[in-house]
Amino acid sequence: MLSKKQARAFFLGGTVVTFLIFIGLTIYSFSKAQDQSNDEEITEAVVRGKDLWEANNCMGCHTVLGEGAYYAPELTKVIDRRGAGYVTAVLMTPVSWEPNGRKMVAYGFSKEEANDLIAFFEWIGKIDLNGFDRVVSPLSKDEN
Amino acid sequence: MKYKSQKVAYWFFALSMLLFGLQIVYGFIMGFAHAGMDGLHDVIPFNTARAVHTNLLVVWLLSGFMGAAYYIIPEEAQHELVSVKLAYVQLISLAVVGVVAIVGYHFNYWEGRKFLEIPRPLDYLVVVNVLLFLGLILVTLFKGKRRTTTALVLSMGLLFAALLYLPGMLPFDSQVKDSFFRWWVVHLWVEGVWELIMGGILSFLLIKLTGVDREVIEKWLYVIVGLTFLSGVLGTGHHYYYIGVNKIWLIVGGIFSALEPLAFLAMALFAVNMYRKGEKKHPNTLALYWTLGAAIVSFIGAGLLGFAHTLPQTNLYTHGTLVTAMHGHLAFWGAYAMIVLAIISYSLPNLTGRKLYDSSLGRMAFWFSNIGILGMTVAFGVAGVVQVYLERKLKMEFMAVQKEIEIHFIVLIICATLFTTGIIMYMIDFYKHGTPTDEALETTPH
Repeated sequence: MLSKKQARAFFLGGTVVTFLIFIGLTIYSFSKAQDQSNDEEITEAVVRGKDLWEANNCMGCHTVLGEGAYYAPELTKVIDRRGAGYVTAVLMTPVSWEPNGRKMVAYGFSKEEANDLIAFFEWIGKIDLNGFDRVVSPLSKDEN
Repeated sequence: MKYKSQKVAYWFFALSMLLFGLQIVYGFIMGFAHAGMDGLHDVIPFNTARAVHTNLLVVWLLSGFMGAAYYIIPEEAQHELVSVKLAYVQLISLAVVGVVAIVGYHFNYWEGRKFLEIPRPLDYLVVVNVLLFLGLILVTLFKGKRRTTTALVLSMGLLFAALLYLPGMLPFDSQVKDSFFRWWVVHLWVEGVWELIMGGILSFLLIKLTGVDREVIEKWLYVIVGLTFLSGVLGTGHHYYYIGVNKIWLIVGGIFSALEPLAFLAMALFAVNMYRKGEKKHPNTLALYWTLGAAIVSFIGAGLLGFAHTLPQTNLYTHGTLVTAMHGHLAFWGAYAMIVLAIISYSLPNLTGRKLYDSSLGRMAFWFSNIGILGMTVAFGVAGVVQVYLERKLKMEFMAVQKEIEIHFIVLIICATLFTTGIIMYMIDFYKHGTPTDEALETTPH
């Protein structure tokens, strides 16, 4: 029968081994050869767009890369689906955007800010998502 | 209670109750908005309600865990808490940081990263607060007469929870890396170190309530937390399937996530078996209800419903849908909310001296809240599955699908009302116990 000492060894040993494998896989995932996110294409505009995305908690309603809240559309392929013009209009409008009656906060972004967010979405749209990109966007699914 | 300093736990539990109530209010705001009734949009838009709802959950659970530690550690270490004054300072600062963060969310002051919305300057205050808490707990443990496995596992869970907060503060330009390390905090908290905290509290409660030998309970505690880490650490991979990192996570995450329910199954079997084995029948049956309930419901919510969408083939379609909300609600309720309510139910009569064991109000609170949350889980599940089929299989537009599933949010609101009735009953029971008093000090072990 298992003793308390053996049980403790199982806990400590298992934890250390799995955590080391986890760290190893993390390093492997972010090695240059494994990059799926076009990391080198992150421009200053993309970073400014990401800052705006976070500063306004867009993830509190939308999802991107499938992460966020489920109140408003998934935006991973939004530029493919809607085009930059439509998205810019939504971002800059001074009144609440209300598709089907569901309101979005009227952020009234400037043209420069809208461009930064578009750059962010364009970068996101090119990431290799292991097949999820085809599922998440009806339009891009049609094209594939 | 056996030590005067344990009284501080009561005030952490009271803060928990208050924040839990507020969390439910914001949940209703979101439920109504999903059902098409968003009259509060101009004052509390959905993203504010969402950030407040999830952050209040984290803060009230943490406050509950801290209260549990302040109650359990002196008793386990057989030593008064080293400084009660500092514990109160820690309580007040926790409440202040929480309230400032939540008020800030109403004024667009946040970081906009799911679950970790607290703005950076407040993050540093959280770190100081948690360090103070850990200092008090660990010094008490160090100075104590004995160091039990229960106390060590609980303290280890709290220490790792603090350490794992740090990767979430790393700045990244890439959304992929940001997301990757955000899960180091969120996943490794809820499917890792928080389970150590849960295991520690569960073990303490089972020792007290069943009278089974400590050595037996603590041996199985090691096995369970061992299984948790063995599956949970690499199980983090299920968050990495479709966020822009290597396919290797599909294999690693898939296999280890499939093992995650085993840890919860072991916990449920462990709790039920210890109860059956126990010869001592503690009069506090309500605490026993919540304790066994936590072990069983966490297996259903976190184990089974988690497994329902962690296989990569399923998650490809369910990732980023209401299916996640279905799993999330029952998992957090079973694993963490119920264990906090269990330790409160156990400790409250001991802190206040009012032995209101087995009140009918308390029993109704248990059943109303559990039946209510099960109904909520079904409503979320149906809405989620319909969303997956219409949006991702039949390629319907997001908002067209949302219109189709509005009715499920009406069902959700009805079930949430039943749930809330249960929680209000629990709070009334909490209030009826009065406040802690030195007269409740025990001279003989209980």
